[in-house]
Amino acid sequence: MTTSRRKFIKISALGLGGVAATTTALNMFGASSYIDELVKENVAKTFKRTATYCEVCFWKCAAWTYTDEEGAVKKIIGNENDPHCYGRLCPRGTGGVGMYNDEDRLKTPLIRTTVNGEQTFREASWDEALDLIAAKFKGIKEEFGAESLALIKHGAPGKHLEHLYQAFGSDTIAEPAYAQCRGPRETGFNLTFGSWIGSPEPTDIRDTKCLVLIGSHIGENMHNSQVQEMSDAIDNGATIITVDPRFSTAASKSKYWLAIKPATDIALMLSWMNVLINENIYDKEYIEKYATGFNELKDHVSTFTPEWAYGITGIKPEEIRKTAREMADASPAVIIHPGRHVVWYGDDSQRARAMAILNALLGSWGRRGGFYFKESIKVPEFPAPEYPHPKWGWKEIGAKYPLAQMGITTEVIKCAIPSEDNKYPVKALMVAGTNITKSIPNKKLLEEAIEALDFMVVIDTMPMDVTGYADVVLPECTYLERYDEIRSATNREPSIAIRIPAVAPKYDSKPSWWIAKEIGERMGVGEYFNYTDYKEVIEWQLGQMGTSLEEMEKIGVKNFPRKSGSMYLNETGPHEFPTHSGKIELYSNELKNLGFDPLPNYTKHPEPQQGFYRLNYGRAPMHTFSRTANNPNLNDLKSENNLWVNPKVSRILGLKTGQEVWLKNQDDIISTFSIKVRVTERVRWDSVYMVHGFGHQEKKLSRAYGKGINDTELISSVAIDPIMGGTGMRGNFVTILTENPHKNTEI
Amino acid sequence: MRYAMVIDTLKCVGCSDCVVACQTENDVPIGYCRDWITETVNGAYPNIELELKSERCNHCENAPCVRCCPTGASHQLVNGIVLVTGDECIGCGACIESCPYDARYQHPDGYVDKCTFCHHRLEKGQLPACVSVCPTKCMYFGDLDNPNSEVSELLKNRKHKTLAPEAGTKPNVYYLI
Repeated sequence: MTTSRRKFIKISALGLGGVAATTTALNMFGASSYIDELVKENVAKTFKRTATYCEVCFWKCAAWTYTDEEGAVKKIIGNENDPHCYGRLCPRGTGGVGMYNDEDRLKTPLIRTTVNGEQTFREASWDEALDLIAAKFKGIKEEFGAESLALIKHGAPGKHLEHLYQAFGSDTIAEPAYAQCRGPRETGFNLTFGSWIGSPEPTDIRDTKCLVLIGSHIGENMHNSQVQEMSDAIDNGATIITVDPRFSTAASKSKYWLAIKPATDIALMLSWMNVLINENIYDKEYIEKYATGFNELKDHVSTFTPEWAYGITGIKPEEIRKTAREMADASPAVIIHPGRHVVWYGDDSQRARAMAILNALLGSWGRRGGFYFKESIKVPEFPAPEYPHPKWGWKEIGAKYPLAQMGITTEVIKCAIPSEDNKYPVKALMVAGTNITKSIPNKKLLEEAIEALDFMVVIDTMPMDVTGYADVVLPECTYLERYDEIRSATNREPSIAIRIPAVAPKYDSKPSWWIAKEIGERMGVGEYFNYTDYKEVIEWQLGQMGTSLEEMEKIGVKNFPRKSGSMYLNETGPHEFPTHSGKIELYSNELKNLGFDPLPNYTKHPEPQQGFYRLNYGRAPMHTFSRTANNPNLNDLKSENNLWVNPKVSRILGLKTGQEVWLKNQDDIISTFSIKVRVTERVRWDSVYMVHGFGHQEKKLSRAYGKGINDTELISSVAIDPIMGGTGMRGNFVTILTENPHKNTEI
Repeated sequence: MRYAMVIDTLKCVGCSDCVVACQTENDVPIGYCRDWITETVNGAYPNIELELKSERCNHCENAPCVRCCPTGASHQLVNGIVLVTGDECIGCGACIESCPYDARYQHPDGYVDKCTFCHHRLEKGQLPACVSVCPTKCMYFGDLDNPNSEVSELLKNRKHKTLAPEAGTKPNVYYLI
């Protein structure tokens, strides 16, 4: 292996191109619009609709794909019976057609090769690519054990590959959705109530009287049913309280916007607890009946007065009291929202604990307008032999984080770097459905690990940046072109949804279930894939569940009645929470026994030095992660991110809206590309803000390449949550460069 | 029958779903749009106001685009909807210039195009694509001649405005504020 073997390849090379079969959609009305005759003709036009659920984000809204008489995909419309979308998709779901139409899609398997000393990719047949993967995987399995084959995955494709991995004996599996996203809140709420939050969040927003958002920007995150329910709550006159240093869209809908100093949220929440307890306005009956550790909590927060918090958070004591009383007035129909992307400062599980404790004090867990008890229906496993038991896997790799409940991507990746104390050598990596160079921080570590690998496979629909590091790239077809797992959702009522191909796979792309099966058969574990088409699996499962593919093709979504009883607490008798004590644990003995704070504390976090600004990032409603930036429909709405700068800062630095700047972080890492300034009062003077997911380095992404800055490349300082291994990413600081730092270098 | 759209700015989050839904429903070419989002920020940190809203052709009662059209391609139906007949349009652009809302664009096929209130969907008893897709349900559509319609009720009970009233165009798109 030469050291430059894994040099990033811009996929544009060798043998590709020339085959871009762009299908320009015909105008629905013919060339000339709105002649009455044509309108009439169009009114009479019939579409065929095929059931699916969306894969543009993780919310998985059920929908109908509309194809015209020629079989062309025309539009995607939400399924009215689906509790994830109630018939209304978000812009990404509506723009899912762009994922299918994108002419930059991966079109054929690619294999890394060297031509005249230059590394490049060459097109390959599926047989050749799959044979190569199976041979490499088998070799590594024999030499090091199947455990040395790691998988980093996301979404529907990940599920099929997880099955493959478990079939050949590896549990070395992780996804950014945990340690780079919602892990801390699952741990924090689990410690307190004994249940994960999960997805979708069981927040009873439609019936709430008070919604408290702490850094959560519903409306900019388009978590569909939640956005819809927030809108219902606005209609119902609910109070919204938003805590955010930035004037988010949600802040603009709020009765109270608390413009908090970044990284001080725990102090605010401790002072809210102080007010609720001191003023005796917490839900006493609920706490007495269902919770333990109240006296410890009371003592703990006794000194955390609003006056104490004012000095830390910058929020006036009367505002803190007023908002706490507002919550108490609404109690129990109040939600301290757990948020979703919550890896901020490394004490994130403790911040989630503070949120959980506040919810307990307000009596909102298990109450109407607070949190409901979710329920899902189990999809029976398709018959297959029992999985072998790996000697080690994600659990052992993440063992130093005692409450990690899923694989930690960064720890799995570190295992690829050889060292004497590395007991868990990772030799090959498969990445499916996630662009890890933009979803996992600390690019240096990532590149070092990738460099050390013997073999790397990437499965995606698009030539994402991560494909440039692979030895083999496999083109997956989009969700509109394949069968997938049955979506079983946890909700107020259980529901299932199915995904049926509306069109045949474009180019030479294939579904992930097929890829998993083909590799499995080549590796000698074909008995785990006892079907020729994934349709057979779904048919069997649906039959077991008392429905059929025929029925599901017609309805797309099936809702089932609850079996676990009321979705709210039955308050006539006792209730056992699934915690150690059977009660809501305000004080956590589990944390204490592990050597952590049993009650949350405020810790001061690093602040920007002079001339530096905290780098905050968030979402835009029309994009998901970094995966949609090249989607023609969604790129049309937002093609690049901007750097939000407060006018005070722009005056000092002489910046103007639209001006091109570069960023340098505290570790001297300079952004690859430039970003345009947006001077706005919506951001604080001590921080800058940008939407995540831009700054693509892959030239083959013709629309997204070089547009804006990739926030993740500037996140080199990572504050690890010692409880569960989450990677806190909001402690990075940037300075703004007005001169091009790359003037003399080629990117 | 007088069709009108009422949009609640207190609920709109500016997600642009209305824009994509219109594009896919009406085959609006990528790079063009019949509706769009505007964002208005007032005040200084931390006393700020933000208004997000979805804009489009206002289907004005007194439509300057119809008056200035030299060929009659721009015309108004009895229900108030302003339309362009593509093959009568010579693409002169007079209507584009006359519109105070900048609601029209030159289609690459040579004619002028704009919002139709999804006239073809109304024929089928469906709501305009943008209204039917909106995740915040901030858009309402109906008949202002019917005093009991949802849009009439909303305008009776809620504070509202129209855009550029000084232009005297009598718009049929209203914004709840």
